[in-house]
Amino acid sequence: MDEAPAQGLRIAVLVKHVPDAQFDRHISGDDLTTVRSESILSELDEYALEAALQLVEAHGGAGAGHRVTAITMGPAGAVAAVKKSLQIGADDGVHLTDDALNGSDASATSKALAALLQRVGPFDLILTGMASTDGETSLVPAQLAERLALPQVTFAASLDLTPGDGGWTLAARRDNDTYAETIEAPLPALVSVTDQINEPRYPNFKGIMAAKKKQIQVLSLSDVGLQADDVGRAGSWTTVEAAAPRPPRSQGIVITDEGDAGIRLVDFLAGQKLL
Amino acid sequence: MTTVLVFLDHAGASLAKSERELLSLGGTLGDVVVALAGDADQAYLDGVGSYGVEEVYRPDSGAVSDVLVAGKAAFLTEAVRVSGAGILLLGNSHEMKEIAARVGVRLESGVITDVVALDGDLTATKADFAGSYTVSCRVTTGVTILTVKPNTFEAVEAGLPSAPREVQIPVEIPPAVARITGRTDKPVSGRPELAEARVIVAGGRGVDGNFGPLEDLADALGGAVGASRAATDAGWIEHSAQIGQTGKTVSPQLYISAGISGAIQQKAGMQTSKVIVAINKDADSPVFEIADFGIIGDLFTVLPQATEEIRKRGL
Repeated sequence: MDEAPAQGLRIAVLVKHVPDAQFDRHISGDDLTTVRSESILSELDEYALEAALQLVEAHGGAGAGHRVTAITMGPAGAVAAVKKSLQIGADDGVHLTDDALNGSDASATSKALAALLQRVGPFDLILTGMASTDGETSLVPAQLAERLALPQVTFAASLDLTPGDGGWTLAARRDNDTYAETIEAPLPALVSVTDQINEPRYPNFKGIMAAKKKQIQVLSLSDVGLQADDVGRAGSWTTVEAAAPRPPRSQGIVITDEGDAGIRLVDFLAGQKLL
Repeated sequence: MTTVLVFLDHAGASLAKSERELLSLGGTLGDVVVALAGDADQAYLDGVGSYGVEEVYRPDSGAVSDVLVAGKAAFLTEAVRVSGAGILLLGNSHEMKEIAARVGVRLESGVITDVVALDGDLTATKADFAGSYTVSCRVTTGVTILTVKPNTFEAVEAGLPSAPREVQIPVEIPPAVARITGRTDKPVSGRPELAEARVIVAGGRGVDGNFGPLEDLADALGGAVGASRAATDAGWIEHSAQIGQTGKTVSPQLYISAGISGAIQQKAGMQTSKVIVAINKDADSPVFEIADFGIIGDLFTVLPQATEEIRKRGL
């Protein structure tokens, strides 16, 4: 990152390798962690990467000294999320991997990511998806902002940057159920984006070839200044005691409309005491 | 006895159902005190008091609500410290989860979201992988911080209204924050919120831009209107109506799915509903695999007929 000019934006995109939601997903019976077969780059993280690439393009493009770094943590296979990000357009990648990370809850995950970002940063902007599609707790971005003492702009449905004398300022829009709000924050900041913000691009042949030359830095816990019991189960503040697949819903009655299906529906609802 | 701090941020004219659920749950766990971020009138405070709450903590400055999440998290952290609470209960919205997340880091305490059941020893039950797994988990360090799903715990009848004592909490807003610079209210539909609705009528691609028949049925049933991602992406209905993996997860008593194929994305948001009814022209739609009552037919004839029948029966 030393070669980037001082005015170039340094953007970190957190990406995660998650089980593909198109297939059945499982929790392992042995250690109650996610089974990561059939895994892909989290669909929701593609919006964060696309937002980073669009910001770079809006502010001078490749020649302006900006740098987009795809960052992940997880077992050896998790690097696939970074590789895919490099094909789509990230400039370089970082992979934190260590057996001790297994079983980390949100607090331990955010602790490891905070240490990692401090080690490979500084960054002007940290971008994440709105949630991982597997853990789905949405806790990690907020906890990361808290640990790094950064302004937190979560669930951004739009995102713009304006350069100024005192540095960059970001403007975002958030949609809530009953109101929309506009947000402003100085950089550095952490932003999570929704699936409404853009249409993620696909990697093209040129991107796939270019990715082969891009660097991925692989780091262990000790490289980021943490010890085994800072993370994983030992470093977590919650514990999973049991996990069981829900019994599948059994199929009920299916009828074909013969002109009275609306009435039969009301009969069914009345029978279920749902009226 | 354990002190249970319940965080309320609604500050409407009266307590919302989900807020009464939180206060009721709190009452089963210990002595309930309340932290209240927004402005509230006397009737609201009396409502809080009717749950036996004797103390309400308020921030000493309205500025906590001008910044995103960080201000309320700073306030709530102090309220936990001052009250000596061992359990902190919040709602389950995105913002509530984020406030819980930051309070957790500040207090070095574990956070469990999406709680649907709670044992006496504070083992919490939640659904993972969009309802396909049931997971029981516990907070092992610090204050037990739980965000609780609406519609899962019973809201008990409160006692007589009484005025709780207000305690001002000094709050220091962190220096680097995101500020809220503007706010536009969206038009009010008059229907219940999706997360709280007992009945939801949801439409997808098959609705083809016309949610009218769904709205009529929802109104006849006192329900809310939801949508699949295909329908919100098409711009037929507000994005906030989206149910599914990237939208809301709901578990109403009755979910009526109309013109939605029921791909895994959508199933993720609704498969924990108590009763599922599906209407689709395509007999091979995956939604029929999880429906308690399925109708292969045209939603534009079936829904109006059902609405008319409900009205006819005077229900």
